[in-house]
Amino acid sequence: MKRIPLNLWLGGLISFLLVGSAILSRFWTPEDPIKMNILNRLKGPGDAGLLGADQIGRDVFSMIMAGGWTSLGIAVTATIVGGSIGTLIGVTAAAKSGAFEKVSGWVNSVLFAFPPILSAILLGALLGPGGLTSIIAIGVFMIPVFTRISRGAAMQIWSRDYIKAAKMSGKGQALITVEHILPNISAQLLVQFAIQTGLGILAEAGLSFLGMGIAPPTPSWGRMLADAQTYIGTAPHLVLAPGIAIALAVLGLNLLGDGLRDLSDPRRKQAS
Amino acid sequence: MTPALKHMRRAAGYLAILLVTSFLIFVLIEAAPGDPAEIMLGTSAQLDTVAALRAELGLDRPMLVRYASWIGGVFTGDLGASYTYGTPVGELIADRLAVTVPLTLFATFLAICISLPLGVWAGARPGAVTDGLATIFAQFGIAVPNFWIGLLLILFLSLGLGWFPAGGFPGWGEGLGKAVSALILPAIALAIPQAAVLTRVTRAAVIEVAHEDFVRTARAKGLGRNRALWLHTVPNALLPVVTMLGLQIPFLISGAVLVENVFTLPGIGTLAYQALSQRDLIVVQNVVLMFAIIVIVVNLIVDGLYAILDPRLRTHK
Amino acid sequence: MLSIKDLRVSFQQSTGALTEVVHGISLDLDRGETLGIVGESGSGKSVLSLATMGLLPRTAQASGQILFEGQDLLKAPEKQMCGLRGRKIGMIFQEPMSALNPAMTVGAQIAEGLRLHNGLSKSDARAETLRLLEMVQIPNAAQRIDSYPHEMSGGQRQRVGIAIAIALKPDLLIADEPTTALDVTVQAEILDILDDLVAELGISLILISHDLGVIARIADRTLVMYRGDEMEHGDTEQVLRHPRHDYTRKLLAAMPRRALKSLDQTGGEKPHA
Repeated sequence: MKRIPLNLWLGGLISFLLVGSAILSRFWTPEDPIKMNILNRLKGPGDAGLLGADQIGRDVFSMIMAGGWTSLGIAVTATIVGGSIGTLIGVTAAAKSGAFEKVSGWVNSVLFAFPPILSAILLGALLGPGGLTSIIAIGVFMIPVFTRISRGAAMQIWSRDYIKAAKMSGKGQALITVEHILPNISAQLLVQFAIQTGLGILAEAGLSFLGMGIAPPTPSWGRMLADAQTYIGTAPHLVLAPGIAIALAVLGLNLLGDGLRDLSDPRRKQAS
Repeated sequence: MTPALKHMRRAAGYLAILLVTSFLIFVLIEAAPGDPAEIMLGTSAQLDTVAALRAELGLDRPMLVRYASWIGGVFTGDLGASYTYGTPVGELIADRLAVTVPLTLFATFLAICISLPLGVWAGARPGAVTDGLATIFAQFGIAVPNFWIGLLLILFLSLGLGWFPAGGFPGWGEGLGKAVSALILPAIALAIPQAAVLTRVTRAAVIEVAHEDFVRTARAKGLGRNRALWLHTVPNALLPVVTMLGLQIPFLISGAVLVENVFTLPGIGTLAYQALSQRDLIVVQNVVLMFAIIVIVVNLIVDGLYAILDPRLRTHK
Repeated sequence: MLSIKDLRVSFQQSTGALTEVVHGISLDLDRGETLGIVGESGSGKSVLSLATMGLLPRTAQASGQILFEGQDLLKAPEKQMCGLRGRKIGMIFQEPMSALNPAMTVGAQIAEGLRLHNGLSKSDARAETLRLLEMVQIPNAAQRIDSYPHEMSGGQRQRVGIAIAIALKPDLLIADEPTTALDVTVQAEILDILDDLVAELGISLILISHDLGVIARIADRTLVMYRGDEMEHGDTEQVLRHPRHDYTRKLLAAMPRRALKSLDQTGGEKPHA
């Protein structure tokens, strides 16, 4: 029986709570997260709901739950889209090498120069702010990360003897990639998926903090912080809850990723 | 291939990347809705007035010509005039850089000051209490958004204790002390996530290098544990740390946009953000290109740093 | 001068259990004498040398005594060991590729010990380093002093390794497989340099090798180890010519014939002299 590493079960637990409360928010929240109740305006935790109420009396706890759905939805979608494209480029580069590899390296260097906020500023000019802009901006940033990881991992598998044997038996590159390469690098990709989703949540929070994320009134953690900034002197509790939610979500996903890596590759445990 | 040729090839590669990047930026901004001339004149303007302004701005020329003239302008420093302010974009950017560059350098300096001792300390004795503390710092530092750190700093250190201004920038003309004190909190907010990432990398690198034979050779000469650590292990562990420093630049820039926003600093991030909301597309276009240039230049510098840190990359066989 | 009594070394496994890898080795070494320790990998010979240097990993536990000039090294505090290492006991390692710091010039690596123990000034240390490089027969020493390890061949690097080890004229030198990683043609040169210097400076040498040919060439006495136990211990000639233990016979039988012939010439009873 392998012992489950601390970071895995802690990360797993936090991630489970994050996903659970995000999904739950679609069906139930203590209050309607977009319903104003001016009587509760800026009331502190306990006086109105578990975590107090915001500047127009919305229930903060409910907004945190619903904001989790927004954050997670955008981050996961962006990671899936960017990750798939990146992985596709990466495994193709590993299989083909040569010109394709060079070009994909260049594309990566270009994409690398565009962190999510920069892409969002550019895309914001084109599409205006919103969920789609966020997803594309964050997704674009995921591409080079997944390309690098999947290419490196795939190249390692390609150099194995049984792949050479498969090549000798006349199997094409695409078939080998699907049959042998992808299953063998899936663990690494899963680890990266967890970690990048965490980064995606951070990026989404940043975008909605700047007002470039999903449009109101849909609750989002970043926008809650932006609103809270105005009332930082009078209602400091509004600053704390969304920040803690973001930090916990990212921490949980990072720990989950690290834990999965330790589990799949114990050799790296000490050094990582 | 000689190292000089190699460096030139690399620089040429980066230049090509920049060209592609700039073209991409140009096309995206071109495709954006809203005609600059209409924005400048307002919706009630006469059609022929708009047309005249378009001609004056050179917007009626073919796209590729306009792209070429923009890139030419980048080299001569003539970036055109802001649609909203009418001031030259180059001046606007230079003004704002006077805040953003010191801010990011300050933050990087802080991040290194925190992460290097912490990472080495943790890596020297993996599994010890100090290692645990450093790891906890790293995990939290990576997870916490820097703009939230900024808000907390304002909440506790500015509003609570009144030690620092809560935002704004007096300008360098108001005296160094005032300007620096306005940058301290933003720099801390920007530095903490960086420090967390660098601590992790430093720790891992130190653990790996500490097992190398040459560290044992150093110990066999009679060097104490700490001397061998700082004179032999650490210099050889710096390579991955410098790599990570380069990889972090895009995050640093993103972070600067957010942190400047929190502390209402008149930096380049605020400029980009304001320009976007005012649809001052020529400013957006140039600022984004400038960010890309910074990322690429820093990467070139990092490449050069490698050669200093690792003599194996300096000479060729 | 060096006297090891019933040395036992155990390593702590990740499960917490202790595994003993050296089971009670004893040996004595006189001033100016060369002792060869022979055995295959995993025989515990390297652990023995690291124990003497006080450089065993944290997970290792040693018992018994290692008396160096009357002092038990196993009980010596770390600070005192730092004073002994390099100054009184020098060590040469197996891999010249990885045993030198890639980010430091070889000159600086040799001078480091000189400056640390003898407090030489920068220029004095450099002059002494140059002299050492000439002693280990590095050609163009005046230029090579500023070279980095990667700019040198394996043989040259090992000469640098020797220069580092003898820089402070230690009383005892431990050479752990000093020629194993080198080309056959270079091995003999390195051994000759080592042998000459040890004789010239009156240094006692412990030479560790899996190669009986290397041992035969310069060791006065030989200790044969197998899995942490002593198999046989005696005059080199005696051990090689008239092995008493099966294991030694097996080692001899495993040597290539050509090497055996050269053994005859070097270890033999004044052959064609």
